[in-house]
Amino acid sequence: MASHRLGVAVFVLVATAILAAESEPNQVESEQLQDVGGSPDAVFSDAEGGFKTGDGASETVPGQAETPPHPVETGQADSAGRRVSIEVGSDRVEEPVADEELENLQAEFDLQDAPQQSEPVPIPRDHFAEELVIRPLLSGDMYTSFQFRTRWDTDQHRGEKVSHYRLFPKSLGQVISKFSVRELHISFTQGFWRTAQWGQPLLSAPPGAELWVWFQDSVADVDGAWRELTSVLSGIFCASLNFIDSTNTVQPSASFKPMGLGNVTEQRFLRYAVLPREIVCTENLTPWKKLLPCESQAGLAVLLKSEKLFHSSYHSQAVHIRPVCKDSACRETSWELSQTLGIVFDLHASGQSKREWSLFKMFSRTLTEPCPLASSSKVYVDVTDNPLGDELFDLSPAVSLQTQAVVLGDRRTFTVYDLLTPEPYGPTRSLNILLKWRQQVSVDMQRPVLHTERYVSGYGLQTGEINTLLYNSHPFRAFPVLLMETVPWYLRLYIHTLTVQSKGKENKPSYIHYLPSKDRQRPHLLEMLVQLPPHSVTKVTVQFERALLKWTEYTPDPNHGFYVSSSVVSAMVPSVVAMDTNSTEGRPLFTTLFHSTEESSYFMRVYSEPLLVNLPTPDFSMPYNVICLTCTVVAVGYGSLYNLLTRTFQVEEPSGGLTKRLANVIRRLRGVPLL
Amino acid sequence: MGLLSDPNRRRALTSLVTRLNTPLCVLCYLVGVSWFMGLAFEPFMLRTYMSENAMGSTMVEEKFVFGERAISYTREFAGQKKKTGGMPVDWLVKTMKSRGLEVYTQSFSQTLPFPDEVKERYMVRGTNVYGILRAPRGPRTESIVLSAPCSEGNNNNQAVGLLLAIASYFRSQIYWAKDIIFLVNEHDLIGTEAWLEAYHDVNMTGLRSSPMQGRAGAIQAALSLELSSDVITSMDVALEGLNGQLPNLDLVNLFYAFCQKTGVLCTIQGKLQRNDWDTLPGYTHSLSTMLLMVLKQGSGHPQGDHGLFLRYHIEAVTMRGINSFRQYKFDMTTVGKLIEGMFRKLNNLLERFHQSYFFYLMPSLTRFVSIGYYMPTFGFLALILVLRALDLWVQLSDPARALEDGVSEGEQDSSPSLLSLATPVIICHLTGLALYFLPVLSQEMAIQHFPVSETEAVVLTAIAIYVAGLALPHNTHRVLSGAGTERGWRSLKLFSLLYLAVLLGCTTLINFSLGFILAVTMIPVAAFIQPHRSSKVLHGVALILVSPATTLLLSIYLYHELIEYPVSLLECWQHFLTAVSQGILDHHLYGSLLYPLLALFIYPCWLQFWNIVFWK
Repeated sequence: MASHRLGVAVFVLVATAILAAESEPNQVESEQLQDVGGSPDAVFSDAEGGFKTGDGASETVPGQAETPPHPVETGQADSAGRRVSIEVGSDRVEEPVADEELENLQAEFDLQDAPQQSEPVPIPRDHFAEELVIRPLLSGDMYTSFQFRTRWDTDQHRGEKVSHYRLFPKSLGQVISKFSVRELHISFTQGFWRTAQWGQPLLSAPPGAELWVWFQDSVADVDGAWRELTSVLSGIFCASLNFIDSTNTVQPSASFKPMGLGNVTEQRFLRYAVLPREIVCTENLTPWKKLLPCESQAGLAVLLKSEKLFHSSYHSQAVHIRPVCKDSACRETSWELSQTLGIVFDLHASGQSKREWSLFKMFSRTLTEPCPLASSSKVYVDVTDNPLGDELFDLSPAVSLQTQAVVLGDRRTFTVYDLLTPEPYGPTRSLNILLKWRQQVSVDMQRPVLHTERYVSGYGLQTGEINTLLYNSHPFRAFPVLLMETVPWYLRLYIHTLTVQSKGKENKPSYIHYLPSKDRQRPHLLEMLVQLPPHSVTKVTVQFERALLKWTEYTPDPNHGFYVSSSVVSAMVPSVVAMDTNSTEGRPLFTTLFHSTEESSYFMRVYSEPLLVNLPTPDFSMPYNVICLTCTVVAVGYGSLYNLLTRTFQVEEPSGGLTKRLANVIRRLRGVPLL
Repeated sequence: MGLLSDPNRRRALTSLVTRLNTPLCVLCYLVGVSWFMGLAFEPFMLRTYMSENAMGSTMVEEKFVFGERAISYTREFAGQKKKTGGMPVDWLVKTMKSRGLEVYTQSFSQTLPFPDEVKERYMVRGTNVYGILRAPRGPRTESIVLSAPCSEGNNNNQAVGLLLAIASYFRSQIYWAKDIIFLVNEHDLIGTEAWLEAYHDVNMTGLRSSPMQGRAGAIQAALSLELSSDVITSMDVALEGLNGQLPNLDLVNLFYAFCQKTGVLCTIQGKLQRNDWDTLPGYTHSLSTMLLMVLKQGSGHPQGDHGLFLRYHIEAVTMRGINSFRQYKFDMTTVGKLIEGMFRKLNNLLERFHQSYFFYLMPSLTRFVSIGYYMPTFGFLALILVLRALDLWVQLSDPARALEDGVSEGEQDSSPSLLSLATPVIICHLTGLALYFLPVLSQEMAIQHFPVSETEAVVLTAIAIYVAGLALPHNTHRVLSGAGTERGWRSLKLFSLLYLAVLLGCTTLINFSLGFILAVTMIPVAAFIQPHRSSKVLHGVALILVSPATTLLLSIYLYHELIEYPVSLLECWQHFLTAVSQGILDHHLYGSLLYPLLALFIYPCWLQFWNIVFWK
């Protein structure tokens, strides 16, 4: 187990280092524990990483006689025996143990803890579900979206220490408790979602890394917590999130609201940052996969092989943590962790000869079994565009189970493969969903109701203009959108040049929130609420001036340009279901007089392209020449001017200097009158 | 500087400058001109080398084999073009879409200030079609452009065919890190200008165009392709852009490197490289190549569609397939490989081109003259103006010293009033303003009264104003302050010399070739003219010989000599008329600065010297 966990442990270590640095106030023996190597948190991580901690093993439970009949012993040992550890209460003393002992301890936890403890600990009822949605895009490409959802039935809001982990990854659990995080959303995206060709993604994300966090209202020093949190996450996800600092962090006033429970919406507990330049690759995927209960050993996650995943047009992985209701009564809350991964496979890059897709072709793996820890494991194939079964494409193996859902305002039909039943696997005991295009796919598709475009206009290195185009392609409904732009301080926005135009007329935003930048401290934040008229393009422009940076502030490749992160458009978009009057024909009349509320509009967040802006850049390749030239100019110019200014002039009698005497000698020889 | 603070030595220096002024000036001129001639001598040149690391060390294997497909696209495109009688927009959109590109169109219209008789167009209406190949997992921040013009007649069909074949091949590759834009532009430069303006959302030339929908971030580089035959014998590269801007030398090196790799013969200014630099013909060859570049750059006219990209800091060249009578031909596959190789290297670029030179002259594709080597030429020429100005200054200040000594002279003579100096200067510049504005404004009136076309009207008006400027009543000082004095013309000449020095200096910094052409002609005459009754005619003729218009005429003649296509004097005159109209059109259509520079500054400055010759 230790060896398998090593990968996680490496990432956790960074977290641990910070966690360990601070003492736990609730801990009775905190000081003593500090002496032997850290707080309880540290002990846990150390145990995973195979560290030798402490010496006080007096209360340690040695290996019991009976071997526990726990899945730990079976093939899924690692995933099943996840983070079983000791309850740390304020009234109890932590037992530092040697790692092999702890491993036994963890394995025997279920049997052990009841007699050991003074009060019984409720066994957490964690819950894990996984699903894969496959949507053939009309461009011929294939969109696959994984979602792994872990629910952690622990109530951490009360502030007590939790160290009991089953399915929920401990590294994230510790982050939540340590930094009093209420909600955490992080996404890593390589590529740009082509809304006009692909329609809307199930979950949108900007290119690069995006992180936004709501902190609990008990956090006093939000900035400090944010700084530490980014460093810890940087370690966990092996990404450069530590480059998030005050110059790219903003506190949006309206664009980002909590997605889970809780009604604290004070923006000072919110932090938002985007790193548009972050490159996403396997080193980010591996830690992400390790957060899954079954990792990539079983279930849908076996499909996640890097060599195929990065042979695609779009790759977006995300982690969302939020508090949700435990039950319908919502008396208690639990944590929900959603890990999502969206990939678009390119039709053209993967050989045009055969217009067919299969799981094997996409992932070079097939499905053989669900994750044993999952309570639900399903594959959905979107067959909405294929109404009669075999018009556009063939799907095999054929399954009769179909379901309908309204996704992003559109009613979609899905064929469902339930992996927990043996049915989809067939005689070969493996599921390889095959989709064969029957006819030439048409690239033309209905434009999504809302999409954006962004670019820098103008030329030269002094000024420029940021243009954001917001398209509303709904034929008759106007709707408001919240536009948020974060611009680095070195592009000095002229906010008086801000114009918003729709259909050639000025469109006055009903709400504008602008926080000007401070040089080297914080970026510009511009949020506005704009009403988009139906079937229109709204153009938001603002001019800027490019600042000249200090020479140490340039990146190592200054001529590449500087990134401006994507602008964020959040909107309640009118649903296309409600828009399409023809589709109501088959339905009962009483359903169509008023649009049902959940279908009439839906929330959507659209990200625009990031921008690459060139700043005036000195020629770093010839500092020597520059120094020489400058020094020469200063020496000659200044020196001679100084000379002229300070010299006193006086008329001097011609004296018989050496030269004159010499000249006279020559003159005498020549017979010329002397000087 | 002790030299200046010591009155004795200063006196010695000034006397040296005044005494040896003429020999020094002659020497400077000779040194300047021979320095320039020496630039084309191979031992004095630098060998080109790739500076950009991202393009230097990486190896690229070209796998383009779809030359046949390119030819079939060409046939189809030619057929469609004939059928629609213009650009087959729908066909292009359909073809590009089926190749998996994101396709957009942009329609534009432009009304020329007067009809262009060379290209036979006045109201231009067209559509650009471009397809964007999105880089897999790319965030749409950077792109590269491959453009091919959809020309009149059967020209450039092969370029479009090859572009489509390359697009379809590139689409199935996964290594692209930058988006690639495939642009087919109508009406050559006007189309390119329209596309660029719409892409960067600026409007400088009053073009009307439909709003652009698809963009792909900052364009890093662009290649423009011109091919009019199925096979080529060599590939020519055109560098000179608008206002004499040049692409980064690394892009030229890249072109040369891949020509070497694919074995394609490559030329610059239509001239092959020679190896016999130590013989006279070899030297003449490289000199004429360099002179051609100087003439083309000096004209400020973009030598291909790439020329307009340079303004937006997009490095670009035009590659032109030449099909001559040589035996060995290269097919489309080879040309495709050449382009593929260049694109893959451009794709590797991490930063914009910045490592290599932006200011250079190329006597051959492997040799270049950097700014550090050619600038002294101008330095020596400009020194003449400074020396003459010093001389005049000393002459002007000497009588003042004499006045202190008690020798009394006329009050007026010692200090010519500002008015008498400013008036000729202002009149000259007003003439310049008229030359700039009137030809286009008064074309209506001209065609009503004279039996000429609009274009002829504009050109002839320009020439008329130019000539009329010579006959203007320049001797205004006589009205203002009686007879012209010696000091009067000296002061005016001093001012004119310094004005010319500043003008040429600024011009040279931006466009060396233009500055050099003007300097080498105007400076010697400007430095030595005087209002002497005996040699007035001689001076006048000399001055006319170096006037900007004559320089243009001679440049055209020289150009045709150099491309080995000599013209007679009458043809030369025709070319001259065309050049004037094209110059004015370039200014209005693309923002070329040559015409306003000549009309508003150089010509008035020259008129001031004319004024001096006829000073009374």
